[in-house]
Amino acid sequence: MPIKQMTMTLKEVANILDAKVLCGHDSLDSEVDFAFSSDLMSDVLTTQIDRMVLLTGLANVQAIRTAEMSDVECIVFVRNKKATQEMIDLACENSIVLLECKSSMFKASGLLYGKGLKAVF
Amino acid sequence: MKFEYTIDGGDFTNAGYASSQVKKVLKQLNVDPKLIKRVVVCLYEAEVNVVAHAYSGIIYTDISTDKIVVKLVDKGPGIPDIDLAMQKGFSTASTEVREMGFGAGMGLPNIKNNADEFKLESTVNQGTTLEIAVFLNQ
Repeated sequence: MPIKQMTMTLKEVANILDAKVLCGHDSLDSEVDFAFSSDLMSDVLTTQIDRMVLLTGLANVQAIRTAEMSDVECIVFVRNKKATQEMIDLACENSIVLLECKSSMFKASGLLYGKGLKAVF
Repeated sequence: MKFEYTIDGGDFTNAGYASSQVKKVLKQLNVDPKLIKRVVVCLYEAEVNVVAHAYSGIIYTDISTDKIVVKLVDKGPGIPDIDLAMQKGFSTASTEVREMGFGAGMGLPNIKNNADEFKLESTVNQGTTLEIAVFLNQ
């Protein structure tokens, strides 16, 4: 049966992934349509999509910078990857919501896709 | 409106700082967000390239009513074969750069895709100059 594609709030994203919200609590009502999963920031920088969640296992400052430049509203760190305080501060400064979840990239992507978030490509 | 920023080769902690500053300025000037994204993606990719490959660099930005011009002049090893460097997938990046999420040979082609004008010149053992422009009224 085809999956019904739908918009969801970042709060719903966090709930579906049982994720911890690290920053951006005020923006959890923002809506997204797409998700993109990658550890390669160059790949993220080629996306031309707004209203997108990035799922990544790359927990470093460049992941935050990449989100900032690409207008990514929310980063989900998968596989229990931990954001540093420097990353959290930078994300807050740029109004980017940061989530941490225990699921693998595959599982987290599958959960969000199954609930209706669209793929970029 | 002109700004200059310096880049230190190898300083991955601050890679992206200049791009971030330019983005803030363009937002304050109410530039179309889609154009801002194209400019800062170009600039960020180029900034990471300088940090990854060069010893030092200077970013010159010139914002006028019809276009945004960004020029990066670096001192470094230069690019021996620009046609090869422009090919998707070609990269000479170090393991450290790859661990930062870059070095897949996608940066220069992506810059070219996002820019309305693209000029890349390089002299081996001296450095590289990249100049791009994004037009505002198209």
